[in-house]
Amino acid sequence: MRIQLKIWRQETATHKGGFVTHVLDDVSREMSFLEMLDYLNTTLIERGEEPVVFEHDCREGICGCCSLYINGRPHGPGKETTTCELRMTKFADGDTIVIEPWRSKAFPVIRDLMVDRTALDQILQAGGFISANTGAAPEANSIPISKERSDEAFDAAVCIGCGSCTAACPNGSVMLFVAAKVSQLALLPQGQPEAKRRAWAMMAKADELGFGACSNTAACEAECPKGIDIGHIARLNRELFRGGFGSLATAAS
Amino acid sequence: MTILDSKIPAGPLADKWANHKNTVGLVNPANRAKLDIILVGTGLAGAAAASTLGELGYNVKAFCFQDTPRRAHSVAAQGGINAAKNYKNDGDSIYRLFHDVIKGGDYRAREANVYRAAEVSNHTIDQLVAAGVPFAREYSGYLDNRSFGGVQVSRTFYARGQTGQQCLLGAYSGLIRQVAKGKVTMYPRRDMLEVVVVDGEARGIITRNLVTGEIERHSGHAVILATGGYGTIYYLSTLAVGSNATAAWAAHRKGALFANPSFVQIHPTSLPQLNDYQAKLTLMSESLRNDGRIWVPKEAGDKRHPNSIPEDERDYYLERRYPAFGNLVPRDVASRAAKERCDAGYGVGDTGLSVYLDFSGAIEKQGKKAIEAKYGNLFEMYNKLTDIDPYEDPMRIYPAGHYTMGGLWVDYNLMTTVPGLFSIGESNFSDHGANRLGAGSLMQCAGEGYFITPVAIGDYLSERIKTPRMPVDGPEFDAAERDARDRLDRLMAVNGKQTVTAFHKRLGRIMWDDCGMVRNEAGLEQALSSITELKEEFWSDVKVPGRQDRVNQELEKAVRVADFLELGQLMSRDALARKESCGAHFREESQTPEGEAQRIDSEYSYVAAWEYQGEGGEHVLHKEPLKFENVEIKERSYK
Amino acid sequence: MRAFLGASVGKKLIVGLSGLFLILFLVVHLAVNLTMFAGRDTYNAVAHWMGTNPAILAMRPVLAAGLVVHILVSSYLAWSNWRSRPERYAMVDAAGGSTWASRHMFVLGGLVILFLGLHLSSFAIPMTFGSPPLAENSPVMKDAYALVTARFGLWWYVSLYTAAMVFLGLHVAHGLQSAIQTVGLSNRRWRRRWARVGNVYAAVVAVGFASLPLYFFIQSQVGSA
Repeated sequence: MRIQLKIWRQETATHKGGFVTHVLDDVSREMSFLEMLDYLNTTLIERGEEPVVFEHDCREGICGCCSLYINGRPHGPGKETTTCELRMTKFADGDTIVIEPWRSKAFPVIRDLMVDRTALDQILQAGGFISANTGAAPEANSIPISKERSDEAFDAAVCIGCGSCTAACPNGSVMLFVAAKVSQLALLPQGQPEAKRRAWAMMAKADELGFGACSNTAACEAECPKGIDIGHIARLNRELFRGGFGSLATAAS
Repeated sequence: MTILDSKIPAGPLADKWANHKNTVGLVNPANRAKLDIILVGTGLAGAAAASTLGELGYNVKAFCFQDTPRRAHSVAAQGGINAAKNYKNDGDSIYRLFHDVIKGGDYRAREANVYRAAEVSNHTIDQLVAAGVPFAREYSGYLDNRSFGGVQVSRTFYARGQTGQQCLLGAYSGLIRQVAKGKVTMYPRRDMLEVVVVDGEARGIITRNLVTGEIERHSGHAVILATGGYGTIYYLSTLAVGSNATAAWAAHRKGALFANPSFVQIHPTSLPQLNDYQAKLTLMSESLRNDGRIWVPKEAGDKRHPNSIPEDERDYYLERRYPAFGNLVPRDVASRAAKERCDAGYGVGDTGLSVYLDFSGAIEKQGKKAIEAKYGNLFEMYNKLTDIDPYEDPMRIYPAGHYTMGGLWVDYNLMTTVPGLFSIGESNFSDHGANRLGAGSLMQCAGEGYFITPVAIGDYLSERIKTPRMPVDGPEFDAAERDARDRLDRLMAVNGKQTVTAFHKRLGRIMWDDCGMVRNEAGLEQALSSITELKEEFWSDVKVPGRQDRVNQELEKAVRVADFLELGQLMSRDALARKESCGAHFREESQTPEGEAQRIDSEYSYVAAWEYQGEGGEHVLHKEPLKFENVEIKERSYK
Repeated sequence: MRAFLGASVGKKLIVGLSGLFLILFLVVHLAVNLTMFAGRDTYNAVAHWMGTNPAILAMRPVLAAGLVVHILVSSYLAWSNWRSRPERYAMVDAAGGSTWASRHMFVLGGLVILFLGLHLSSFAIPMTFGSPPLAENSPVMKDAYALVTARFGLWWYVSLYTAAMVFLGLHVAHGLQSAIQTVGLSNRRWRRRWARVGNVYAAVVAVGFASLPLYFFIQSQVGSA
């Protein structure tokens, strides 16, 4: 099938970017979306042009590398699907596909469709862990955790850190990502000792990095490739109360 | 032959590790802060090591080619992680786990290493649970276990079909905690191109910044490689497309021997190749074989829809050939059996290169709900990728390149033949012998990262606490940087007509056909000459567009494929030299009358460690003999 | 404390709490309005009580402060949210699942405020500071009923009023569940229920308010015809 691609091209972070149109005449419906882009790149290289830079790695929807804002949606059409799992069967002959990098102040473009998502790591560094030194752990079965609780923690823990929540959010908020980690750890007994400071520290970091504020539109949930529920954001909010909002951000200051 | 000293501690098997820990050198906490450790690769093994070394007070500089450690391919491990907790009271023990791994590896692994891996496995589970990994639990609130590939006890801890992701994120959370504390410095988006050896010891690395193209120098008191496996040499594999051998190969060029390179596990249950565009063969967890039954039609070329082929016209060939283990035979056995059926013309699908994995019986017996609870996410993934609903129709699967048992040769302290250069996780030649059992990889990676590396590093550095930090302007750094730049310049300069991927696909095809599931002398000779030709063609006709000082994914790939071309030759040479069959290495010339792998212990009970002899030179083989004092060597039988 | 107010989650909490306060106010306001259906005397009596009861009078500045805080803080958030995406998308498809209202709270709020200006100038301000005609049967009570019904006879006023109530309804529909979520009183199960509560509440408020101008406008048309 014939596909017209309108792709954001930008040589470096400091270069000015813009849309470039590429046409592919013989796209197979059997291709995955990324295989279609591989194919585009092959034709570009063979024509002596530079290939489109995009991120991908595992190609099975678990590493969180692939991104792409396809026809106005992060990870393109389809529910609970990463871009690498997206098939060309979702498109028809003659379609125009607009591909943009994820847009957020906190995700600057590196090149073409590749953005810098280290902000997500920085948020986790602020508190997205349990301080359990190697060697100090008690026998694993000494901490029974009800199956329901453990399962719910798992539902949050499936986050792949792709950043589609921020990409989808009209406010550029990263709250679902933060909530996934805070909620997972808040549900587990192991996460309790540090629970009071965790949520506040992570949200303060998110502000500092330039993410927007959540206004509960649930756009993130609709586009999350792992189907993470915004109920976890409510739990994050409860965790903020529990920590007294950083004890009202350390009262005096 | 004298260069291989495995440094296995004396004493009875069960006491070796404890004795070793009691006698190794230690570095006092005040001195640790003066010592820098370079760590390349931040998957499960690397992240676990980085966090632990940081906690101990060393300065860790951690490198990875991804944008963040959380994306390392450990993330894709599905089925589980083994430990000898014996929570199921089914007779498991450290010794049993050890025994299963040795047997599963077809008696080509080192006893002491494997025993230690089994020993630390229990602590690994404790550590991961403490880090917040939500392993599956029973209604009692206690941890659940399942039985997994090729063993008769339930010792596998799992987190739905995403155990690797959860374990990696657990280790990664420890890593970022040390980043926040300033004990670990992360250098993401870096490719390691060279190891810098000064006065015979590894003291630094040369990296390429994948964003700016800058060539950077980094020094430290020791270098750890945790760079994973090289299964992507087949082009199509279950691995992430970015997985590569470049760091390991750079170490190899600097004197680290490469052990058992041809030992590659072909995973029996992956998606089949459907077309030429395909970039990846997604793994479908081995756990599926717990309830799924594998079959092909009894009649060759039977094109009927699988659901309309009656029961008595189906050949459940694994159950037929291996009545004791049935569908749960180890991976190498299952893979070869599938290939055998397809080669004989019984394969299904358009290409005839796949077999059915059928859940209809299990769904009938246990109900759709029970099956969904166990495999829901896998079924969903399969459905997404193929548009086939496995609740209705059987899955179609075929073997694919998966895990490399081979890797850098290391001694008991996980140190390569270059002093100060360590290799952990899948990047070393590991504990899995000639075949890895399911759920063994996460166990090895986490155990080595959390518990073994810190001991080994402490021992090595205890003799170097007075060694000052090394400036990066010495002649060895100059030379290493020059080598790295030369190679990049040469790749850019070829300016030929074919894409890097075109070469990779052709190399993959050669490796798959001649150095894959089944090997023979003629094929391997053929592979050697084909790769030599392909390598020449690569260096005269490859096209790397763009510039070096930009993000240049083609250049990244070109560096990797150039190394794969050399590694492919070594794999073929290794497979050629080992004229026996063992584990995943199946030489047609060496099989039992029933067509099973035939080991030749009298001649090949050794680790083959290859020494690099310069570009174009012929590798030299060193042998580390394997001694088995605690297990009885048997013919591996799953009948 | 400054750090709390500086943080987005602190501001969100303030917007949420002030929003809930305003939502509660709406139902009081509506209850008063609906007494119009009981006739001129009742309504005038209620209006008089509202205008003279010290407790109610004391609440006025609180209400005004709540409203001002709600407007200022949410406007600041909207502005900083806008800045969090300096380069906009060329194409946005909200097919996902967020509601139109949730994505346009700032616009809806702005429209409601514009109407509020008109509303205050035509009713609350004259009632409080002006000297409208007194009710027939009282020396002190102002004839609120007359003031309102006069306005409700104007087609453009009734149209604006009704449109504003639609905006208000949409704003409240998302606002209620959003505020509940922000104060942490939601979860996977309850969010659907809260969403329903929010929608029902918003519908009651919007229909309740709009019923009066529509009713009296029709009355006036029928009466004059």
